[in-house]
Amino acid sequence: MDSGIITALVTLSAIGAVAAVVLYFIAQKFKVIEDPRIDDVTDALPGANCGGCGYAGCRAFAEAMVKEGTMEGFFCPVGGNDLMKSLSPLLGVEAVEKKPQIAVLRCNGSVKNSPAKYNYDGPKNCTFTHTLSSGEGGCMFGCLGGGECVDACDFDAMYMDPETGLPVVKDNCVACNACVLACPRDLLELRNRGPKDKRIFVACMNQEKGGPAKKNCSVACIGCAACFKVCPHDAITMNNNLAYIDYEKCTLCRKCVEVCPTDAIHEINFKPRPPKAEVTKGDEPKKAPVKKAVVVEEGAAPAPRPAKEPRAESTEVAIEKPKATSTTSEKKEENKSENQNNNQ
Amino acid sequence: MLKTFRIGGVHPKENKMSATAPIEVMEHPKRAVVPVSQHLGVPAKALVKKGDFVKTGQMIAKGEAFISANVHSPFTGKVFKVEETLDSTGFRRMAVIIDVEPDQWMEGIDLKTEIKRDIDLSPEEIVKKIHENGIVGMGGATFPTHVKYMVPEGKKVEYLIINGVECEPYLTSDHRLMLEKGEEMMIGIAILMKGLKVNKCIIGVENNKPDAIALLKDIALKYQGITVEPLKVQYPQGGEKQLIDAVLRRQVPAGKLPLDVGCVVNNVGTCFAVYEAVQKNKPLIERIVTVTGKPVKKPSNFLVRIGTPVDMLLSKAEADVEASGKIINGGPMMGKALVTTDVPVTKGTSGILLMEIAESNRKEEQNCIRCSKCTTVCPQGLEPHLLKVLGKRMDAEACEVERIMDCIECGSCVYTCPAQIPLLDYIRIGKAKTGAMIRNRSRK
Amino acid sequence: MSLLVVSGSPHVHGDLTTKKIMWGVVYAMIPALLVSFYFFGMGAVKVVLVSVVASLFFEWVITKYLLKQKPQITDGSALITGILLAFNVPSNLPVWIIIVGALVAIGIGKMSFGGLGKNPFNPALVGRVFLLISFPVQMTSWPTPIPMFKAPMLDAITGPTPLGVVKEGLRNGESMESVMSQVPDYVNLLLGYNAGSLGEVSALALLLGGLYMLFRKIITWHVPMSYMATVLIFSGILWLVDPNAYVNPLFHLVTGGMMLGIFYMATDMVTSPMTPVGQIIFGVGVGLLTIIIRVWAAYPEGVSFAILIMNAAVPLLNKIKPKRFGEVVKA
Repeated sequence: MDSGIITALVTLSAIGAVAAVVLYFIAQKFKVIEDPRIDDVTDALPGANCGGCGYAGCRAFAEAMVKEGTMEGFFCPVGGNDLMKSLSPLLGVEAVEKKPQIAVLRCNGSVKNSPAKYNYDGPKNCTFTHTLSSGEGGCMFGCLGGGECVDACDFDAMYMDPETGLPVVKDNCVACNACVLACPRDLLELRNRGPKDKRIFVACMNQEKGGPAKKNCSVACIGCAACFKVCPHDAITMNNNLAYIDYEKCTLCRKCVEVCPTDAIHEINFKPRPPKAEVTKGDEPKKAPVKKAVVVEEGAAPAPRPAKEPRAESTEVAIEKPKATSTTSEKKEENKSENQNNNQ
Repeated sequence: MLKTFRIGGVHPKENKMSATAPIEVMEHPKRAVVPVSQHLGVPAKALVKKGDFVKTGQMIAKGEAFISANVHSPFTGKVFKVEETLDSTGFRRMAVIIDVEPDQWMEGIDLKTEIKRDIDLSPEEIVKKIHENGIVGMGGATFPTHVKYMVPEGKKVEYLIINGVECEPYLTSDHRLMLEKGEEMMIGIAILMKGLKVNKCIIGVENNKPDAIALLKDIALKYQGITVEPLKVQYPQGGEKQLIDAVLRRQVPAGKLPLDVGCVVNNVGTCFAVYEAVQKNKPLIERIVTVTGKPVKKPSNFLVRIGTPVDMLLSKAEADVEASGKIINGGPMMGKALVTTDVPVTKGTSGILLMEIAESNRKEEQNCIRCSKCTTVCPQGLEPHLLKVLGKRMDAEACEVERIMDCIECGSCVYTCPAQIPLLDYIRIGKAKTGAMIRNRSRK
Repeated sequence: MSLLVVSGSPHVHGDLTTKKIMWGVVYAMIPALLVSFYFFGMGAVKVVLVSVVASLFFEWVITKYLLKQKPQITDGSALITGILLAFNVPSNLPVWIIIVGALVAIGIGKMSFGGLGKNPFNPALVGRVFLLISFPVQMTSWPTPIPMFKAPMLDAITGPTPLGVVKEGLRNGESMESVMSQVPDYVNLLLGYNAGSLGEVSALALLLGGLYMLFRKIITWHVPMSYMATVLIFSGILWLVDPNAYVNPLFHLVTGGMMLGIFYMATDMVTSPMTPVGQIIFGVGVGLLTIIIRVWAAYPEGVSFAILIMNAAVPLLNKIKPKRFGEVVKA
């Protein structure tokens, strides 16, 4: 009995010892030398694995950054500039500042603006309806309203507006690019957040000539180039009957918005303009260059911005101002704010 | 026992209402819209501009790419505009709009009605003529015909297979063509056999057209190597791969072409177009279109010039557009629902089918009861119920493993599904995503 | 003009619906139902009514208030579950036990997985097995059938099923001959003049319904044929090895829930494999398990357990792919 126990003990210990030695050598032999910084950086990243940086996940992003030894061309849209700055001591390189961005929908073909030309019966899915025909509104470039972008959003920053049938980007968008990739018609674009989340863009992607474009949608860009002519900063380019505003050059002067005959250019989070003093107002941002303003104001707060403050401000004014003065621009004003709400 | 393909298949109600209606010649419209892209592949490049005067049969758009086809003017008149116009696919495409005047034919087109039997041209010249005259597959897929006849080195073709199946319910244009232009069509087949340098040809015709089978068998006696094969009525027998399986018992492997099993398949309509192009030098500017459906008072078959608006066809057939909820370009199984009737007839328009309002909308989708009827009927041996789930989930990798790209979109699964699930819609989503993934991969 | 409807092809649909399939199964069960009414009288009527009403009620309540969907009790699926559950219990079962069984069948067997088409196990069998394990006494006291018009309605005499007689007899060391003399002859087994659950007694009536379903193409031949063949072959081998220890294969086929299982339970679309090859393997598996349980296990009857066990294997069997186009060798 006793000897049995002893034999067992000895055998087991021997097996254990041999296994330990073997394991040790194997571990030595197949050791993967990994930069410890990869783990550190991965831990610092948000861990959302959204793919917004262009890599498969947070760890892949960290690996690539450590391997390259630079932060140039690397940016985590979720963490923003704050995070990138905090990573710079870990990596020992300078962080590259990037302006915070937000996705915008470049279409305003709501149910009202672009009424249905036929009765679609089938699954509401953009990928499918895109191959089936031009789309219910008849526009070959417009939003199909299937909500694939909303499904792609990991940050609850989008929803479908049941009234317009269009997706809406909320202010907590982190610009991860998922919706941009999801849209089969390439309607979503990441644009710089202006000061106080102000942004101006052409809410249309229709490349047809004015006539056919207008036939399908009352707020289509008809390629009249009025905005192109009026822009003092050469920020607007015309291509295939479609205006495009370069957000790097745009100073948010709002001149283009005024001249657009179809209200295809949207301004968001602006104070409704006072009726007469437009010109001076419009010039203001020119004096204070936007880039600087962005860095100063936005650079410190890249995380989801509190959406309420600027909104509340703008709506308050919106209620007051038009009442004070009743000019012809009042109707346009209302239209605008409606469009803003539709599209924002 | 009659032959048919070996996997799956359904048998929808045939409803061939216009089978006894002789082909009528359609009047010319006042204004014709001729899209420059009426074929599969790269759109042709327009050669004319606003204000030009074009003659009937003049080339107005040139297909420059390898898979592309020329487009000829079906009418004489002034070009009103070259503009993007809605066509039967539901998209706006570049089109030449012509204000129609009385016909002035291009020189060199033989307008005599007598049949020319002698084939003088060499195989190369035949293929060249087919190319020049813009012949595309007339069955509906509109694949440029000359491409099929440029057989790559090392591939051996044994059989020419002619598709006279017309397995789509309602449509009768091929049936009427075989009955009324059988003689010309057979010469067209002989031309194609010469062009392909083969001496064996099988014409597959479904058994619901006994008159056409009898006539073709009669004519075929005069030719060497052409046999007519009556086939059991089964959808989708008109699919290229299914037809080869039915007549030859050969299955084209996934991702391969009929050439890999030594076959070339052409539609009977194409054979007639080839006859006209090679023997009469007449480009493809007209085709036979069936107008049918329950709301149509006079279901008919028309000989229509390309570019004629669908509206005109409907009013000539006394169709009650108000009573129809859905108008389909093509047959009910694979045709495409039209967005509006203000679209032109193109090379691929084999029929216009009107559906009553009551049967236009789909029934409510219910839970899948896993009856496996979709798997049983799938002619490609796939599992539509599984592909539907994967497609809905947009799981491109899993879709590829389940061979979603083999799907020929015949619609048999949806036709048979007791739970009324639009399986094919979801499968198309999966196909779109999987196709994009494969293209991305090959780019890398 | 009103707007045209646009949808993806195809634009026509065959006239097959879920409802038609389900009602087809219900029609196929009518012969067996009538036989049970004939032999078990009002008791059978009561059991069937209670089971059907309870199943429909639970289905309606759960879809409406728990799943918050549009109740679809008219599609016939809950009706089938109700009738099948009634077929699987003795005709003298107390009403409250039937209701519990219906609740388990619909609530746990079907709705907890998401409703029609999503349940991995046959709901009626889930209910039946639950009752069998929870109330073994009530579930195994089978009244002997009293044909209608022959005897007045007396208190039913209860007795064991033919399978129970055989199992008990063989276990007690009786000879096969004496055991077999205690059970009804084949004519009575076919017609249903024997003790048992109310729907399973008449093999002939069930066969009739099964053939009707095959004819209407509601079920395919794969599962019933492979199941039946396996039972015959496997029990046949045992019988040939030792006719004194094992019952002959025909007896296996016509007794107990065998016919009910072959045509109505194992062929349930939702819980059987999707491909023909999978279905054949499924049938073989059920057949083997049934005989194994009947011959060697504690229970005299094994159809329910065999089908439930094989139901669990269905997801695995669904990995077997159908024959793909282009994979057939050139003729």
